[in-house]
Amino acid sequence: MSDVIKQYPAKPARVYFYATCLVDLFYPEVGLAGIQLLEREGIEVIFPQHQSCCGQPAYTSGLNGQARTVAASQLELFPENWPVVVPSGSCAGMLRKHYPRLFAGTGLAEQAEQLAGRTWELTDFLLHVCRIRLQDHGEPVKVAVHTSCSGRREMGIADTGPALLAQLDNVELVQQARPAECCGFGGTFAVRHPEISAAMVEDKARALDDCGADQFVSTDCGCLMNIDGFADKQKLATRGQHVVSFLWQRSKGGTA
Amino acid sequence: MSTATDAVKHFTPRARAALDNPAVRGNFRKAMDGLMSKRQDAFADWDLEELRELGAAVRLRALSRLPELLEQLERNLQANGIQVHWAQTGEQACEIVRDICVARNARTVIKGKSMVSEEMELNAFLARSGIEALESDLGEYIIQLADEAPSHIIMPAIHKNTTEISELMHEKTGTERSSDVDYLTASARAQLREKFMQADVGVSGVNFAVAETGTLCLVENEGNGRLTTTVPGCHIAVTGIEKVVEHLADIAPLLALLTRSATGQHITTYVNMISGPRKTDEKDGPEEVHLVLVDAGRSAIYQDRELLDTLRCIRCGACMNHCPVYTRIGGHAYGTTYPGPIGKILMPHMLGLDNTGSLATASTLCGACAEVCPVKIPIPQLLQRLRSEAMDGDPQRPATVAGHGSKRRWLEMLLWRGWTVFNSRPWAYRLGTALITRCRRLMPSRLGAWTRYRSAPRPAAQSLQQQLRQRQCKES
Ligand code: SF4
Repeated sequence: MSDVIKQYPAKPARVYFYATCLVDLFYPEVGLAGIQLLEREGIEVIFPQHQSCCGQPAYTSGLNGQARTVAASQLELFPENWPVVVPSGSCAGMLRKHYPRLFAGTGLAEQAEQLAGRTWELTDFLLHVCRIRLQDHGEPVKVAVHTSCSGRREMGIADTGPALLAQLDNVELVQQARPAECCGFGGTFAVRHPEISAAMVEDKARALDDCGADQFVSTDCGCLMNIDGFADKQKLATRGQHVVSFLWQRSKGGTA
Repeated sequence: MSTATDAVKHFTPRARAALDNPAVRGNFRKAMDGLMSKRQDAFADWDLEELRELGAAVRLRALSRLPELLEQLERNLQANGIQVHWAQTGEQACEIVRDICVARNARTVIKGKSMVSEEMELNAFLARSGIEALESDLGEYIIQLADEAPSHIIMPAIHKNTTEISELMHEKTGTERSSDVDYLTASARAQLREKFMQADVGVSGVNFAVAETGTLCLVENEGNGRLTTTVPGCHIAVTGIEKVVEHLADIAPLLALLTRSATGQHITTYVNMISGPRKTDEKDGPEEVHLVLVDAGRSAIYQDRELLDTLRCIRCGACMNHCPVYTRIGGHAYGTTYPGPIGKILMPHMLGLDNTGSLATASTLCGACAEVCPVKIPIPQLLQRLRSEAMDGDPQRPATVAGHGSKRRWLEMLLWRGWTVFNSRPWAYRLGTALITRCRRLMPSRLGAWTRYRSAPRPAAQSLQQQLRQRQCKES
């Protein structure tokens, strides 16, 4: 979508944390883990009140008006020129790639551009801006990584998850078949086209189940909810965890 | 166009039927896996990003001067002795082809592969005028025998396996049953050879039309394209108005991209550069060459700066080869001449958004298509735009595509209005999340389509924001 080369900033003293609605309501532990990881890196984390959803569900449904209303309410939350860190490739992609398009030609265009330029996906930020070094305190485990499509293609973070896992001594990275293929979530797609979505998530869940990993991690809660929900209903063994929770859990208690 | 629009309205049942058919799913999965890896290998020794950048720039440059280039093309074609015809609609294009045939007393037409002629439904039109059109591309030949539409723009019979093809050829042409692909190919070829010799007119598509030189470029692998364009006394090429490029030199990067993206070939077996009819001192070639330039919705796309990107397409099919939806449901489920991602962004302009059902929504916007598109068409962005058009969803930009607003339903809008209040008013969000977390055990375990295949997600006992508020309270 955009081929702009990323220019990482120097490690800042302060960041905004934008949790996303799925993390807030369904995966709060991911938000806590993310905040703690950042704080452990010596960064002050500001969590703006009044954050809700980035507006993506309406946007991908073609309802730009509704998406703009919601997005405008979020735009105001980050007045200072600090990085905005998001534990989701998809919502980070919305802020970084789609807000400028959504607000183009409106009074908020400049603000949207400005915000886009300082929005980062959390694992990318930890690896390349914080230059985090993780120490593994966990038992040996085999893990597969599922990077969301927006993480992979909009935020360019396909290598980030594996690079972070590689820092963990007791974690063995396993690769599933067709790692770059979509899991079939796609927001409202899963509800509008349930059969196609089911065929996609079935292949994804089985690939993860068959690859020999004890579990998988993902950068996005949408994918997690989709794949885990399918695996649970179909009684497959594979289970996912947000990569941020996983990293925090394994490295809790110290950094190298 | 009633057949086309009826078909696309039944997208969901067709998709469901394809998903329930393990043979279809298996055929496509296997074929697409093969095509993806071939493409990757073919680009191994190239700086693909740079080449795609160049391909996109060449197409954009051509489109930015489209009207002038078309005029230049017409002038140079005419100077080369090629007759140029303009058709506003597919039907008009059919009439032009028919009139040329009638003027020559032609009864039989041999055809090279042309998606524009599929779009025009040319074969059926000619049949109604008593003119027989025979497809000579092997894939097209097979689906013509089966009376089906192409399921892929490059490999029209990709949905059929060898057994099915053998059975079909046996039934329709008396060919002996065989699992030997070479045998089947040879027998089809023998039958076609005769038809080539008898045909009065050859109809082909065009990959690129060069404005600067008045040259028509046509690539193919079977030699049928060359026969179609040289053996009959008259050659009629049909193409969309967007296929024009400025310079002969522009062909090089586009061909490099096209064949590698389409079939993983470094070059096709045949590259035809057609620059006019037989000259007086020449021994072969057609006496007459025509080009029919078809609009059929393209100039409407051209009016919109964003949608214009749709016209960059060089019809390589890579977007469908890499599409996780196409791979699952195959080409016929779409019910449109062009299936897959390119079909989703193109067909609404040809048939209207009201007639293209749920095509634009049948995508996760995963971006696999845009990642491989050799001319870098931002397909997901165009899908988002078409969704917005179908919903009349952008008060700041009035919708313009035919059939806009046809997907707007008051009940759904009501839900979205609630969603907007929930997410844009802090009090509503706070109240709502408090309710959801408090009542999480009351959450239904069945949530419509979602839980048909998945367990229902359960909200957390305390939202992140609730937990952080407590944390702050404790700290302060
Ligand atoms: S949209 Fe791009 S990938 Fe798809 S057929 Fe056209 S050129 Fe090829």
